[in-house]
Amino acid sequence: MNKTPMTPLLEMRGLRLEAGPVKSPTVILHGLDLTLRRGEVLGLVGESGAGKSSAGLAAMGVVRDGVRFAGGSVRFDGVTLTDLSPAKLRRLLGRRMAYVAQSAAASFNPAHRVLDQVTEAPVLHQTASRSQAQQEAIALFRQMQLPDPDQIGLRYPHQLSGGQLQRAMTGMAMACRPDLIVFDEPTTALDVTTQIEVLGAMRDIVEHFGTAAIYITHDLAVVSQMADRVMVMRDGREVETQRTREILSDPQQDYTRSLWAVRSLERPAKPADTPPLVECRDLTAAYGEVTVLKDVSVRLPTGRTTTVVGESGSGKTTLARVIAGLLPPVSGEVLWQGQPLPPDYARRDPALLQDIQMIYQMADTALNPRHTVRETLTRPARFCRGLSGRTLEARVRELMDLIEMPPGQFLDRRIPELSGGQKQRIGIARALAAEPKFLICDEVTSALDQLVAQGILRLLMRLQDELDLTLLFITHDLATVRAVADQVVIMQQGRIVEQGPRQQIFDSPQQAYTRRLLDAVPQMDPDWLSRVR
Amino acid sequence: MSPVPKLILQRLVLGVVTLFLVSALIFVGIELQPGDLAEQILGQSATPDTLAAWRAELGLDLPPHVRYLNWLGGVMQGDLGNSLASRRPVADLLSQRLANTMFLAGYAAVISVPVAVVLGLLAALWRNGIFDRGVNVGALSAISMPEFFVAYVLILVFSIQLGWFPTLARIDEAQSLGDALYRCFLPALTLMLVVVAHMMRMTRAAVINVLASPYIEMARLKGVPRWRIILRHALPNAAAPIINVVALNLAYLIVGVVVVEAVFSYPGMGQLLVDAVSSRDLPVVQAVGLFFAATYVTLNVLADILSILSNPRLRRG
Amino acid sequence: MTVTTTLKSAPPTAWFGMAVVALTIVVALGAPWIAPYAETEIVGAQFQPWSAAHPLGTDNLGRDMLSRMIFGARNTVGLAMLTTGMAFAAGSVLGMLAALRGGWTDQLLSRAIDVVMAVPPLILALMMLAIVGASIPNMVAVIAFIYIAPVYRLARAAAMNVVRLDFIEAARLRGEGTLWLMRREVLPNIASTLIAEFGLRFCFVFLFIAALSFLGIGIQPPTADWGSMVKDNATLITFGDVTPLIPAGAIALLTVAINFIVDWMLHRASGLKT
Repeated sequence: MNKTPMTPLLEMRGLRLEAGPVKSPTVILHGLDLTLRRGEVLGLVGESGAGKSSAGLAAMGVVRDGVRFAGGSVRFDGVTLTDLSPAKLRRLLGRRMAYVAQSAAASFNPAHRVLDQVTEAPVLHQTASRSQAQQEAIALFRQMQLPDPDQIGLRYPHQLSGGQLQRAMTGMAMACRPDLIVFDEPTTALDVTTQIEVLGAMRDIVEHFGTAAIYITHDLAVVSQMADRVMVMRDGREVETQRTREILSDPQQDYTRSLWAVRSLERPAKPADTPPLVECRDLTAAYGEVTVLKDVSVRLPTGRTTTVVGESGSGKTTLARVIAGLLPPVSGEVLWQGQPLPPDYARRDPALLQDIQMIYQMADTALNPRHTVRETLTRPARFCRGLSGRTLEARVRELMDLIEMPPGQFLDRRIPELSGGQKQRIGIARALAAEPKFLICDEVTSALDQLVAQGILRLLMRLQDELDLTLLFITHDLATVRAVADQVVIMQQGRIVEQGPRQQIFDSPQQAYTRRLLDAVPQMDPDWLSRVR
Repeated sequence: MSPVPKLILQRLVLGVVTLFLVSALIFVGIELQPGDLAEQILGQSATPDTLAAWRAELGLDLPPHVRYLNWLGGVMQGDLGNSLASRRPVADLLSQRLANTMFLAGYAAVISVPVAVVLGLLAALWRNGIFDRGVNVGALSAISMPEFFVAYVLILVFSIQLGWFPTLARIDEAQSLGDALYRCFLPALTLMLVVVAHMMRMTRAAVINVLASPYIEMARLKGVPRWRIILRHALPNAAAPIINVVALNLAYLIVGVVVVEAVFSYPGMGQLLVDAVSSRDLPVVQAVGLFFAATYVTLNVLADILSILSNPRLRRG
Repeated sequence: MTVTTTLKSAPPTAWFGMAVVALTIVVALGAPWIAPYAETEIVGAQFQPWSAAHPLGTDNLGRDMLSRMIFGARNTVGLAMLTTGMAFAAGSVLGMLAALRGGWTDQLLSRAIDVVMAVPPLILALMMLAIVGASIPNMVAVIAFIYIAPVYRLARAAAMNVVRLDFIEAARLRGEGTLWLMRREVLPNIASTLIAEFGLRFCFVFLFIAALSFLGIGIQPPTADWGSMVKDNATLITFGDVTPLIPAGAIALLTVAINFIVDWMLHRASGLKT
């Protein structure tokens, strides 16, 4: 075999992927060139729809159902994958090329033990005997810092946590000591404090075996920890490729610079000294038997932004639901301008309902797909404010102006025709149609690409200033907190860990958990991961 | 700690409760009739004395809940009351016919289950191919045809024109098993055609659902060959839905016998029920209806339990 | 996609289905004008063979088979439509109500439906008809009642998927009432599911009525209907005469046709999502 160190391990030349009808195809990759040397880690960065996942799979000679190779080639160690028969390709898959998926929980077969799945590829490809493969898998588990490495493989996937499964899947990819691993957003579904452990374990093992890897992510800070080189992609094309340090310090393209700039958004915090619009006193709430909120007390100052931060299961969304009246608390109360608020929204009078409006994470499900933009906005304006005829039309147009969408162009569009960011704006306009005093924003930017998310955050901040709104901002993302918060509340397992003005929380956190949370946020510095571990 | 015994117990209790509710429903329905059984049997011209005597004999003079409990107690001990038409005990009428119906349904089931599962698996494997489309059109057509149409076409072809099988499926205890199987072939085939179509479509859907999971893609990316993906990665997870499909369709089969028995004059429960409904022989209707409901409920509960047992997440809690 | 391009993309099976349904509708609506004889008119001897005067011969009472086939289309299909429509109106409203209200409304309705669904439909219908007596209104009421259950389950499940979505919560949080939520927020989102299901349920109901009539407990004489026409003339089969198969085949043909259309619609709906 021609394993001269000079030839690259992987070479993509003019790779074109298409989907849909042959006559009018949707192009997924427009002639992508990509080179990967042995032992090198290449980061693929881009927003959704950039084609980075398709490129990652194509590097293994694989396309998803409905997608096809339509030009160019993929050469892996001297073999042209795009010409290979399925049987021959199968002999390379798992043995010399391996894949780590985003959702480990869904990618493990629920019917088999973890160990059996990890050893499946080596046994099948006959790179090791069963007992040998098992010994090696246990060694890999130990290296990946899984608890109880000797026994953990005997469990079934549903008995492991998300972070453990993600590490086990990396071990599974390593089982045949492949030359190439494709990581497809492997930590996106994890909490920050879990992510840092998994990232560290992944980086160590890739370094240990000198495996070449393609690391796909939308998170620049994460990729800067993992990759030697970074390729920025947009709409199925390469924007630029540089060594990691260079692309961070000196991006050449405007698009790359705009991606970098997103992370520096920061609004000066206002003092949180206004009287509270909403006040929670000793709230305890439960879903059935499970208590999800314990003795939560917090004051939301009028005209200010309070962000509630926490990982999954921290109870931050539950707090929002209790205030909105969707989940009556077990004990404690919510005050509105000093008066107790009825716990169930159905018992609040219409004026009060209008004052409290919500904006949701998934703009897709927050708007009725069967309505037009006009229908979406006229109903609350008519129902809540009693507008009709010309005043109603004027109000709807005014709302569109507020969210910076030209009414003439958008009013008669149907919701499914809008982009994610546009839908989120319509969601904001619908909330504003009721002329509320208080807006609950539940992870409103976490389903959006960074550039779009930034636009939404700027819009919300402008609206707050113009309309003197009080905002409750639920998020898991500390960059968002840094951008918008006046006051910060940190939650963990249903309790408030710490609260205070933004500056104080970020500059001098008092609690260990707060410090851990702040430290776990990846920085745009290639040395960050090595430093914090 | 496995939650399985608790879940199974729940299903069993639910099944029993359902049966009680059904029996009560039947009983109440009969209660709601204008007049009572005695008047119906004897007609308008009966004298008050004979009516009273009849009422006493049938237990109609007791309050409804007592009669319900009496009836239920009787059912438990195998006493299903007397037929109004023949005045013989319903239990006697039932016993032989019950065996006949079970024979016919079992006959059809033994052949149709493997055929349907294999067809469904193959259709899922080669989905959108020629085989899949052919089988799908065939199944859709079979589902759409009334059982009596299928039955008469089979009679016309196989017994009238070819003369291979008898037109009527008369069986009695004197016949050998082979003879009985031969005589019942056409009714069993009719039942099979309809049930196989349903079962095959549902099996196909269940398998396709599993094949779309990320862990199947993962197996593909590990270089696992196609046959092994099916046998090792897809089947263990498709087993639960397939078992469920089979049990549900067996329940359907039990009901399908009603029409088929009528066409072939087969001496089973279905015929008995239809005759009893026509003559409004309510004790017989009650007993046969309860039997069908019980079989149906049992098979549905069985389907639930089997799918609990074959779910790896539940089994190893 | 416009209607024409949609239709052009239809597979031959769907085209066949639409043609059969159209033909049936024309025949059913125009029965009195198309049929050569009246529905119950005795025109000759019993079981006459096919001839120019009686293209399909005469039935067991000497009525014209063809005319009864044509009137049967109107009766059998019409009654099945009526029954399905009743079951749908009640089932979908109750299903959406249960999904929107939740709590004890949902519990009560769902448990009651569970009991109805625990008995095989044909058996339940036979038992109920034994109690109330066999007649056309009774049959329609009983079958509609039984088919409320599956429609309820489907409508509830489909509505549940919609009710979970945030736009319902948003509407609730501004104080919208149940009726408005049902009509404007939920119904438009489950309408396509319900329409496809209507096609399937119509087939079931249609076969169901045919089976009951075939058993002699459904549509009662002298009303012409395809199910009882099979039963009344079944003896001809033993003489190798295919005439009784014609009404049975008509039932099969119409059901196959509707199933083909629904299958195509469902296939398209699932294809468009991905």
